Amino acid sequence: MSVEAREARQPWILLSPALTAVTFLLFVPLVFIVIYSFWLRTATGAEQVGFYLDNWREVLTDRFYRDILLNTLKIAAITTLVCALMGYPAAYFIARSNANKAMLLLLLMLPFWISYIIRTMSWINILGVSGAFNTFMIWIGIIDEPIQMLYNETTVILGLVHFLLPFMVLNVFVSLDGIDINLEDAANSLGATRWQAFVQVTLPLSLPGLAAGSLLCFVLGAGTYITPLVLGGPTDAMFANLVFEAIITQLNWPLGSALSLMLLVVLGVLVLIYNRYLGMAQLMKGLG
Amino acid sequence: MSSVTLKNIVKRFGSFTAVHRSSLEIAEGAFVTLLGPSGCGKTTNLRMIAGLLDPTEGEILIGGRRVNDVPIHKRNLGLVFQNYALFPHKTVAENVAFGLKYRDIPAAEIPDRVQSALDLVQLPDVGERYPKALSGGQQQRIALARAIVIEPDVLLLDEPLSALDANLREDMRVELKRIQARIGVTTVFVTHDQSEALAMSDQIVVMSAGKVEQVGAPEEVYNTPASEFVANFLGASNILDGRCTDRGGGTVTIEAPIFGRLSIPAEKAPNLAGEGAAKLVVRAEKLVLSTSEAGEGAVSVPATVETVDYQGQAVRYFVRAGETQLQAINMIDEHPFAEGSAVHLHLRPQDCAGLPG
Repeated sequence: MSVEAREARQPWILLSPALTAVTFLLFVPLVFIVIYSFWLRTATGAEQVGFYLDNWREVLTDRFYRDILLNTLKIAAITTLVCALMGYPAAYFIARSNANKAMLLLLLMLPFWISYIIRTMSWINILGVSGAFNTFMIWIGIIDEPIQMLYNETTVILGLVHFLLPFMVLNVFVSLDGIDINLEDAANSLGATRWQAFVQVTLPLSLPGLAAGSLLCFVLGAGTYITPLVLGGPTDAMFANLVFEAIITQLNWPLGSALSLMLLVVLGVLVLIYNRYLGMAQLMKGLG
Repeated sequence: MSSVTLKNIVKRFGSFTAVHRSSLEIAEGAFVTLLGPSGCGKTTNLRMIAGLLDPTEGEILIGGRRVNDVPIHKRNLGLVFQNYALFPHKTVAENVAFGLKYRDIPAAEIPDRVQSALDLVQLPDVGERYPKALSGGQQQRIALARAIVIEPDVLLLDEPLSALDANLREDMRVELKRIQARIGVTTVFVTHDQSEALAMSDQIVVMSAGKVEQVGAPEEVYNTPASEFVANFLGASNILDGRCTDRGGGTVTIEAPIFGRLSIPAEKAPNLAGEGAAKLVVRAEKLVLSTSEAGEGAVSVPATVETVDYQGQAVRYFVRAGETQLQAINMIDEHPFAEGSAVHLHLRPQDCAGLPG
């Protein structure tokens, strides 16, 4: 075999384990989902194989699905905004601290060692009727009856922020950490105050990280079903809960498939828009 | 344009003292170089003048005004960094115009000022481009234009040439000096490169381990080093332990191994008070290898060439005379001496300098 042929083969040999996994664990199941979405579940509960557009017609015309989709996007947007406002200063602090950078990053990663579900459920122990907050408030005598704080949209957003904040901080941190510290000094020496230097130089240069973090928070937030399940009330279902409901509870795989594909397309379009303007490279940096 | 004064400056980082108590006077319009190896405190001094660091003790005056409590953005200084520090998201013209926005300059005047700054650094046509489209040397010129367009009181240059290729560095050195002379701005230049310091400065401040070793004009610092450190840091020197036997009549007599008794001009050994231990400093390029004995006015010592380090127009020899190894840098006349050749070392006493032992 010639040297060229060997060199041409090498990347494929190295990629083959990953490609195999992606093909069989991601691509093939996705094809199944697409096929399922055109099947039909009859009134008896049996699945009718074929090419039916009934599921898609229902998903695309029923206002119920549209409203929940819009509500899901709204919750994801609010969560992203809160994460950005809370995460940026934290990331800035970590990026500018010299001695403890590694330690602070480790602390940031620490929550990932505990299951996301456990972390979400911990809020019940904090905000629940017999949770830490109510118990404390009754003990010091500020309130007599426990306040019902859980199971509404606010607690869903709270849970999502808790879950997604580290992703935002990490992405912004990577961006800020890559900015030459001399740039701010240069701006200061030219007459800009610290705030002006931040607005003129650091903030614009860190926008790619902020955008990458926002995309991650939005996509992960919009796709979640655990948080509304654990911390939301009956009216706080998000779109992924509909998929869960259709597939797990009703065993209606064709409808669940159509619903999940719809969410996939909406979020996919968002990622494409992001990629068009900012490129995926920044996102990869933040994840790496 | 202003003078800069450092009065009894001390800078400590925790328990580490980066700059020991020192004072420095930089005249208006002068080009002063802080020279020393890394960690000697030269950059710390520069950053204190810039306002990026606060001195632990002492006063900093710019144009006679105390600036310790003046924040960096109000000091009106031009700062140029080793890594250029151009704003990558702004065009060259926007970079140069950056400092003008914070000054009372009519908006209509800004493009003209930017253009004349770009003309001055001989890059008149790159205003619309982004920094990353320019070479390192060009980026450093833009950084210089950005620093001088605001007409700073003092120009601070932090190893501005160190990131450039060797050839470009020498061109930029001439260019930088030309621009500085043209606008006449007081300039503080930090470098670890002795040839940059010698070529560009009106005054050199040699620093070591947070202390000022010597302040003087390039020739003075080079020819009459005030300490062994300075003699070794600027150029290659042979330093021999000897004894001062006499001082008077405009000469100092030093008795050193190999060369014996030498009478050197008193101004070449200003710190040598009189009899006692002394060091003889012999510049490598003042030690001349020859096949014959020296004539009148020079001493001649037989030696053997041990190592030949060929450098093109010059050659560096390591020679052995008795027990002592010496180095000599000579221009090449036809062919360099071969390793192992027996030669005579010629040395004129007036080319030596003396230090206290």
